[in-house]
Amino acid sequence: MTFRLFWNQMLAILWKDLRCELRTRQVWISMAMFALLVLIVFNFAFDLRVDNKAAVAPGALWIAFVFASTLGLGRTITAEQEKGLMDRLLLCPVDRKAIYFAKLLGNLVFIGVVEVIAVPIFAVLYDLPVFTGGIIPIVVLGTIGIAALGTIFSAIAANTQAREVLLPLLLFPLLVPVVIAAVKATQALVNPVSGDAPWIGLIAAFDVIFLSISAVTFQYVIEE
Amino acid sequence: MQIASSRPAQPGTATPTPLPPWLMPVRRYGEYVLGAAAALSILATIWAAFVYAPTDALQGNVQRIEYFHVPMAWVAYLAFFVVFVASILYLWRKNARWDVLARASAEVGTVFTTLVLITGSLWGRTVWGTWWQWDARMTTTLILWFIYVGYLLLRSYTGLSEGGARAAAVLGIIGFIDVPINYLSVTWWRTLHPSYQVPLGSEAQAPASVVLALMLGLLAFTLLYAFLTVQVYRLNKIQRAAQVLRVRAEME
Amino acid sequence: MSLRMANIPDPSLSLPPVGHQSAVEVANVGKVYGVRPVLRGISFSVPTGVSLALLGPNGAGKTTLLRALATLTTFTTGTASILGLDLRADAAQIRHIIGYVGHQPHLYDELTASENLLFFARMYGLPDGPRRTTELLERVGLRLKTSDRVRTLSRGQVQRLALARGILHDPAVLLLDEPDTGLDEDAAALLQTIINERQQRGQTTLFTTHQLDRALSLSTQSVVLVNGRLVYAGPAADLTPAEVRALYATSKRRTP
Repeated sequence: MTFRLFWNQMLAILWKDLRCELRTRQVWISMAMFALLVLIVFNFAFDLRVDNKAAVAPGALWIAFVFASTLGLGRTITAEQEKGLMDRLLLCPVDRKAIYFAKLLGNLVFIGVVEVIAVPIFAVLYDLPVFTGGIIPIVVLGTIGIAALGTIFSAIAANTQAREVLLPLLLFPLLVPVVIAAVKATQALVNPVSGDAPWIGLIAAFDVIFLSISAVTFQYVIEE
Repeated sequence: MQIASSRPAQPGTATPTPLPPWLMPVRRYGEYVLGAAAALSILATIWAAFVYAPTDALQGNVQRIEYFHVPMAWVAYLAFFVVFVASILYLWRKNARWDVLARASAEVGTVFTTLVLITGSLWGRTVWGTWWQWDARMTTTLILWFIYVGYLLLRSYTGLSEGGARAAAVLGIIGFIDVPINYLSVTWWRTLHPSYQVPLGSEAQAPASVVLALMLGLLAFTLLYAFLTVQVYRLNKIQRAAQVLRVRAEME
Repeated sequence: MSLRMANIPDPSLSLPPVGHQSAVEVANVGKVYGVRPVLRGISFSVPTGVSLALLGPNGAGKTTLLRALATLTTFTTGTASILGLDLRADAAQIRHIIGYVGHQPHLYDELTASENLLFFARMYGLPDGPRRTTELLERVGLRLKTSDRVRTLSRGQVQRLALARGILHDPAVLLLDEPDTGLDEDAAALLQTIINERQQRGQTTLFTTHQLDRALSLSTQSVVLVNGRLVYAGPAADLTPAEVRALYATSKRRTP
C-alpha cells in the first residue's frame, strides 16, 4: 500500500515535469542544440583526422553529454525551487525519496532524448562505428551516473545565488570516474583492447553507490 | 480586554536567551599543550629531514621534500575523513558543532592539499623533469582539491544558514566516497599508458633513519593538523557567537 | 475562554485541561534563522473548531509560525503538536491532515487548472480526485477555466485556485497565510464562507491577514505577535482594530 502510494506519487511528479517541459520545450531544444554544437566545435578544436579520431572522438561525445546535461539538469529542480513550488511539493505527504527518483527519471528522459539525437549524428559526423548495440549499456549507465549526482547537486546549487557557476564546479570533479570509464569503454568499441579494465563494472558500481547515497541524503538538501 | 503585558512587567521572560552553551568562549589549556607539541615536533621534523636523514643516493637532496610531502598528504586525507564523519554526525544529530568541525577540517585540509600539490610538483620537476605528470596519485589529489575547494565555495555562498550546512554535509559525504572510486578509475586509466610511473620513494629498502624521519613527520603534521583545526573551529565559533550577539543587540 | 495567555506565571495554566482535544498546541517555541531569532518563546493552544486570526505587523514572525506548523521548517526550541501529533516526530502524518495556502499561489503555470488539482489529488493519494476537482472548480467559480493553463488566469483566479488546492483533501487544520491578497469582493466572500463552514463542521482554520476588520469579524480567536513575541491571545471579540494597532505600535518604539 505504502509502496503503491510512493510509486503513484513518483509517477505523478514525473508526469507533471514532462508535461510542463513538453508544453514549453525550452530545455530539450537548448540541450540538444548545445550537444551538437560541442561535437562540431570539438572537430575544429582537435582538427580530427583518421589517425587520431578513434582516440579523441569518444571524449568529445562524453564532454558533449556532460555539458549538455549540466545545462538541462538545473531546469527540473531549479524551476521548481525558484518559484517556491518545491515547498508546495514538500507540504504533500510524500516520501522525499519519491521526489528524488521522480526528478532523476525526469533528468534521465531529458538527457536520454538528447543522446538519442546526438549519438547517430556523432556516428555520421565522425564516421565511427559507435552506433552499435554495444553503446547502449555504456550510454545508459553513464547517464544514470551523471543524473544521480546531477539531480542532487542541482538541488544544492539551486539554493544559492550562484547556481549556474556552482553546479559544474561541484559536479565535474565528482563525475571524473564516470567520464573516464565511459570514454574508455566507448574507445574500446571503436578499437577493442585486450585485457581492458572493467569500465562498465566501474560505472555500474558508481551508479549503485551514488544512487543510494543521493536518495537517502536528498531530503536534507531540499527540506528547510 | 486581556493583553499579555509586554516585557518590562516580566523580567523573567525579558532576559535574552544566553548564548548556546557550546558557543560560550572558553580557553582550554589542552590547546596550549597541543600547540607546543605541534611546534616542537615540527622543529624535530625539520631537523630530521635536513640533518638526520641521509641524502638519497638516486634523487639527491630533493628527496628530503618527501618528509613533508607524505605527512601532508596523509593529513589532507585525514582532514577529509574528519569532514566525512562530522558531516554524517551533523545530519544525524543536527548539532551545529559537527557542522563547525566539518568546516574547520575542510579549510585545513584544503590548505594541506594545496601544499601537497605544490611540493609534489617541485619534486617532480627535479626527478621527472616536469612540473606535472598525470600520475594516479597526483591526479586523484588534484581532483580532491577541486572537490574541497568546491565545498568551501558552497559554504561561502550559503553563509551560516542551516540549509547551506546540510548541503555542505551532503557534499562532504559524497565527496569523500568519490575519492577511492576516482583513484581506481585514474589508476586503470593510467595503466594503459605505462612508462612515466616512477615509484615515489623507495620505502622497501629504505634505511631505518629515513623511516624514522618519515614517522616523525607523520606525527608532527598530525599534531599540527589537530592544533590548526581546533583553532579554526574556535574561530568559527567566535564568529558565530559575535553574530548572535550583534543580531540580538539590533533587536533589543 | 479556551485560548490562554502567554507568559502566565503558573505553567500548568498554559496547557489545555486533560482530555481536551486541541487542534494546534505550541509550547514555548522559538525559531532562529542562522543567528537571527524570529520567534521567541511563544505558547498558545487552539481548540478544534476554532477560526483563529494570527495578527502582527510585518516581520512579526507570522509566516514563520505558519510555515513551521505546516512542517516546512522546524522550530529551533520548544514543542508543538497538531491534533495530538508531534510536529517533529509525526511530520509525515501531519502533512495528511493540514492544508496550507501561502501568499504566493505556487501553482504550475504550464498545467491547466484541473491538471493542477488532479496532480495534488494524486500526491495526497485521494481516490476520488477527479470528482473533487470538478466540485471544487465549480465551488471557487472556475468551472469555465477548467482547461485553461494557469499562466493565462488572472491574479484573483489563480488565488482562488490556490484556495481550492488548499482544501482539496479536506484538511482538519487549514493554515492560510494572507489568503486575501489579490482577491476581489466575491472571492473574499467565498473565503469567508469557506472559513465559516469549516468552523461549523468542527474544523480548525488559522489565518493571517493585514485587513484587521475582516480578521476580527472572521475569527473567533486571535493571537497577536509583535517582534517574534506573543502579546495577545484571546477571543477576537474582545479586541478592536484600534487596540490591535496600539499593540503593533509598541513594537515600533522598541525597534528603531
